[in-house]
Amino acid sequence: MPHPYESSRRLDKAVEWIMVWMLRFGGWASVLVTFGIVITLITESEPFFSKVPFRRLMTDKMWTPLFADPQYGMSALLAGTLVTTGVALLVAIPLGTILAIYLSEFAPVRLREFVKPMLELLSAVPTVVYGYFALLTLTPLLQKIYPDLPQFSMLSAGLIMGIMIIPYVTSLGEDSMRSVPMLLREGAFALGDGKLGVALRVVFPGAFSGLAAAYVLAISRAVGETMIVAIAAGLQPKLTFNPLDSAATVTAFIVQVSLGDLPHGSIGYQSIFAAGAVLFLMTLGFNLAGHALRRRFHRAA
Amino acid sequence: MLPERMIEHQKGRALRRKAIDRWFGRLGFVLTVGTLGVLAVLLLNLAANGLFRIDWHFLTSFPSRRAAEAGVLSAWVGTALLMLVTASLAIPLGVAAGIYLEEYAPKNKWTDFVEINIANLAGVPSILYGLMALSLFVYQFRFGQSILAGGMALACLVLPIVIVSTREALRTIPAMIREAAFALGSTRWQAVWHHLLPYSTGGIATGVILSMSRAIGESSPLITIGALTFIAFLPPPAIVDHAPFVSFEWIFSPFTALPIQMFNWVSRPGEEFQANAAAAGLLLMVITLGMNGAAILLRRHAQRNIKW
Repeated sequence: MPHPYESSRRLDKAVEWIMVWMLRFGGWASVLVTFGIVITLITESEPFFSKVPFRRLMTDKMWTPLFADPQYGMSALLAGTLVTTGVALLVAIPLGTILAIYLSEFAPVRLREFVKPMLELLSAVPTVVYGYFALLTLTPLLQKIYPDLPQFSMLSAGLIMGIMIIPYVTSLGEDSMRSVPMLLREGAFALGDGKLGVALRVVFPGAFSGLAAAYVLAISRAVGETMIVAIAAGLQPKLTFNPLDSAATVTAFIVQVSLGDLPHGSIGYQSIFAAGAVLFLMTLGFNLAGHALRRRFHRAA
Repeated sequence: MLPERMIEHQKGRALRRKAIDRWFGRLGFVLTVGTLGVLAVLLLNLAANGLFRIDWHFLTSFPSRRAAEAGVLSAWVGTALLMLVTASLAIPLGVAAGIYLEEYAPKNKWTDFVEINIANLAGVPSILYGLMALSLFVYQFRFGQSILAGGMALACLVLPIVIVSTREALRTIPAMIREAAFALGSTRWQAVWHHLLPYSTGGIATGVILSMSRAIGESSPLITIGALTFIAFLPPPAIVDHAPFVSFEWIFSPFTALPIQMFNWVSRPGEEFQANAAAAGLLLMVITLGMNGAAILLRRHAQRNIKW
């Protein structure tokens, strides 16, 4: 005689089997997305890179792949990304680090618990709203200080982008500083150091790989940010390192081309995938470095 | 040096350190308030420039060449439909992946790879999802520049957020809950369905809200797939008067969305269009910040009510 529960057990097992495969499929979906991105970037930019000699990517001074007399100077695009990212980091790294030190070592617990989620809101603001703010509020304000500032400037876009990425620096940085063991702090206090001294000489070095991870991930965010620079920094690629000037970034170029008519396989179509491939490689490098640093920090702590 | 002078010297140093600490505390407080102040300035600025534009007419009108008559009807309908597509893809897939990785996945190289992949996916710039969608969904799959293609792009974009928050919610549940279920003879799925999922609903819902709020504000992937900025019509209705009474024609309809509409208005000259942009921005801010606020409250509530 079969066991009374056997048939229901068999059903349970069947359900289990079905569910495992459905859940596994969900896990694969994320891998499929990555493959989708990598493969489309490679196949769609391949015609561009095989047509344009590598030497011209390096030596041309302008980036005008859509013109009748095309120029392929990648440096003109990269300069825009470099300058806006640089300005953003000049805002986000000092400010974000000070806030992280303050919240982790100085602020009362209740203030910290209130401020942390509020800061996260800064990175939840839609970037098109930041772009609006940079173009129509910050730029006119800066023009009062420096009247020659053009309507589109990398300075204005970079400053706002810096505000946007502060939470990335602060929240990761604060987490890693707080996971520095209390014992180390107490030791330094016992030797007579003050709060700031302990923060800078004990906590900061102890949390450094966590903070470095925060900086690197913030860089990756700034490099990939699109709407703020597309709205406020200008859409014309230009080889300039002057933040008071306007220039397109890699991302802004993709937006600018996408706004026009874009037939499949046209040179414009190929060029945005080429720009996208470069962007992907840059952010991938930063992301992997950031995660490696983070993992190292977790192992040390 | 005499002992008294040494003591004085040390006292002076201690006082100086205390003063420095006090100053840094003040500096930190001022900078914190200042940084949060940006958020307030942003909101007030949008309200001052755009609040007067928000009325019934604005919400129920199509975009127009005359700024004063323009509205966001097609934009908010587009955003709502996009979110429908995004949610119905990203939530089941993301939660499934989260459950699989946290409860089922064996510890091996493949799982490590999937985990690194998800962490990295979360850092891929959103515009690259747009490029993928342009090549795959718009051209390869022939979905065209449709709500379906846009919604799928956004679903791919927020998938890591849903996965990570599902995993975090499951991870907070102590192992004893699983062991108790197994001891009573339940299968792994039964433990997940009857015990783990009910306990983690709050955490998962938080992640889902955050991911949707992110998707609502995204514009660059939609621009790359070629979402149009001037759409003066609505997608075909989902409910029709002939059998089978529901129609999915709308998912292949061209569309615009709130952030796209706002971008369009920002890039036009003229104060009137900028007022429209501010009004659209205000709507976006209210929606996204409201959703984020709800997520924060939900997370706090979920944490407070469970005592293992």
